[in-house]
Amino acid sequence: MMVDLIYQLFPYAIAFTIPLLITSLGGLFSERSGVINIGLEGLMLMGMFVGAFVISSVEALYPTAAVWIGLLAAAVIVALFALLHAFACVTLNANQVISGIAINMIAGAVTVYLARFFTGSGNVQIIRGMPRITIAYLSDIPILGQLLFTHTYASTWLILLILALATFLLYKTRFGLRLRACGEQPHAADSAGVNVYLMRYMAVLISGACAGLGGATFIVTLSGEFNGTAAGLGFLALAALIFGQWKPWGILGATFFFGFATTVANVSQVIPVLAQIPGIYLKTFPYVVTLLALILSSKSSQAPKAIGEPYDKGKR
Amino acid sequence: MKYIVEMENIRKSFPGVVACDEINFQVRKGEIHALLGENGAGKSTLMNVLFGLYQQDRGEIYLRGEKVNITNPNIANDLGIGMVHQHFKLVHNFTVTENIILGIEPVKALMVDTRSASSRIREISERYGLNVDPEAKIEDVSVGMQQRVEILKMLYRDAEILIFDEPTAVLTPQEVTELMKIMRGLIEEGKSIILITHKLKEIMAIADRCTVIRWGKVVGTVNVSDTNEEKLAEMMVGRKVLFDINKKEANPRGEVLRIESLSVLGSAGTHGLKNFSLRVKGGEIVGLAGVDGNGQAELVEAIIGLRRTDSGKIYLHGTDVTRLTTRQRINSGMAHIPDDRHKHGLILDYTVLENLILKNYYLEPYSRRGLINWDYVYTHAEQVIKDFDVRSGQGAEASARSLSGGNQQKAIVGREIDGNPDLLLAVQPTRGLDVGAIEYIHRRLLEQRDQGKAVFLISLELDEILDLSDRIAVIYNGELVGVVNAAETNENEIGLMMAGGRRGAVA
Repeated sequence: MMVDLIYQLFPYAIAFTIPLLITSLGGLFSERSGVINIGLEGLMLMGMFVGAFVISSVEALYPTAAVWIGLLAAAVIVALFALLHAFACVTLNANQVISGIAINMIAGAVTVYLARFFTGSGNVQIIRGMPRITIAYLSDIPILGQLLFTHTYASTWLILLILALATFLLYKTRFGLRLRACGEQPHAADSAGVNVYLMRYMAVLISGACAGLGGATFIVTLSGEFNGTAAGLGFLALAALIFGQWKPWGILGATFFFGFATTVANVSQVIPVLAQIPGIYLKTFPYVVTLLALILSSKSSQAPKAIGEPYDKGKR
Repeated sequence: MKYIVEMENIRKSFPGVVACDEINFQVRKGEIHALLGENGAGKSTLMNVLFGLYQQDRGEIYLRGEKVNITNPNIANDLGIGMVHQHFKLVHNFTVTENIILGIEPVKALMVDTRSASSRIREISERYGLNVDPEAKIEDVSVGMQQRVEILKMLYRDAEILIFDEPTAVLTPQEVTELMKIMRGLIEEGKSIILITHKLKEIMAIADRCTVIRWGKVVGTVNVSDTNEEKLAEMMVGRKVLFDINKKEANPRGEVLRIESLSVLGSAGTHGLKNFSLRVKGGEIVGLAGVDGNGQAELVEAIIGLRRTDSGKIYLHGTDVTRLTTRQRINSGMAHIPDDRHKHGLILDYTVLENLILKNYYLEPYSRRGLINWDYVYTHAEQVIKDFDVRSGQGAEASARSLSGGNQQKAIVGREIDGNPDLLLAVQPTRGLDVGAIEYIHRRLLEQRDQGKAVFLISLELDEILDLSDRIAVIYNGELVGVVNAAETNENEIGLMMAGGRRGAVA
């Protein structure tokens, strides 16, 4: 009974985890370079709109490729949109929190305006989402095969691949070493000849691409429709970033925790064991745990040291 | 080739000030050349021009006889110039190797090749006797080691001309000796060193020649063997400097401050205070010596009530004040000259007038029926400004920001002493000040002592502690190492205690 339940829930939990994971990973790049990105919510919303709009426009022509075109377009366009945040924070030395709030507000307004303009209703629907596939051979592995490799989305594997790549990039390559230095001690990076401004621009750009991809992934796997809100997913990704202590594998754990807990809360009404618990407890559970985790981990926070500080060459 | 570095007629101005005014400066190959001057004399600006952080307005730079145009630090690096900044530029959670290779990382198969870099660093470290572990994380190693990492950074980049900006400010006397040994080793390997400092002793100990700068102009370049500390000081300040503070015999009275087994939790990364006990009597100056970050900040904040204590008691005149608020402590006779005058001493955008009443604005006669009595405040401020020789453009109405560092500090000292406290906590009271202002503040502290007040002096400048104190307490790792009479000790003994050695452990 319990085992069956887990088998049933798992694909949904993963599907919910993945958009959070990639968005949070985007936040990781930005914040490890020293730029706070609370605009993740807005960037994700933008990704949802671009993904839904592009897919709905091209799916008549390319029924199977449309979802991939939509994901790519969302990543590229939202990366460009994130340049606004980079310009404000890096070039103009603006307050990074305020700039993030502005990004959220602009995204909320622009997407709804454009959606109304193009469809009249404010909602953008897509007909075909990402198909679920079962991976040959791997799905035959006992337990794991059924949990991970049955009824899975190709996008899930793409994003897990990006996670592995991102870890490699951050910890093994020259780019990663320099990016992390910019977030910890930008003066050290500068005096070693690293262009702090350029690194931060690239990091915010990557963060936009990831969040855009996250938004579009949510559209093609879970919702199937853009309806003018990201419903706090971007903020949840931000919480996962902190909960995961600014580390890629920590983020994976945190987002999976959110994904699983949210899924449990969503389906609780139809599962007798869970239906006994009042819905409000299940729904608030992940957030309460996050608050507790943040309180407990605040003493030993691994936040990048220079986070939130505009880089000022003259200040030493 | 006689000179490895020649700077000709360098002029650099900032809005409102000329930091370097037609400066000529030459360094010979293989020498240690000291650059001496007071804070704000222009020596750091000059070196920042050489290192490419600033562009000169006029003048030329020649390296090895060739004219060069250094527009950024990368060019300086390529030309073989390296600099150890006063505030280290290290990433705290990176390893030594990662810090050193940052910016010029060797890459193998897309990955940063830390292994080969590590072995090269180990090799250089051994050659110069730096004793640095390439795998250690910066946050785990001592300040002295961090400085050696900075030196390694320059050597790894094959620098020939090494600039040290106030390198001894953060070191214990023993570490200073060690650093000097390293510098001599560097010279033997054919490097040239420029040493920025305002400490005369160090120049006499290690430099070959010395260029003195005052008010942005070169006063002269001398061979160190032909001069002495008095002459150098006179060149630096422009007048005779009294080295010996005219200090009368102390006349200690009853106990004013008693700290009993005080323990305080430290902020992350620094040591807290562990079981610390100390007494300060009226009419004496007790100095607290120690390397930065060994619990001094926690102690001071606990005494004045800015930080919660963990256990232990603080008594003022025999009364337990451990649970009192800061305001209550001030009113019962404590005063505090904080170490960071910009952060904790003044509100920079307030006027001098407003800054002078920060602690007592709500009391009669500064306030009446809840309203500030500006007439009285103004008269009072004028008096303090006069008594403490605070020089500002618009008198009491000047914003604190517009004052020079020395005058800001005088204003703080004035405010604190003016309340006629029984206990004066003076934390780094002369940090960053010029010789004139230092003399003045030292005189004022002694004056307080002679009036029977208790003075607790916390300083990182060992000379200051030795000159002023009657008794010296040494703190290491949050614990009291010992208390010695100033008359019966010397720099060497205190230095060993600052590194944690018990008194008498090393003869």
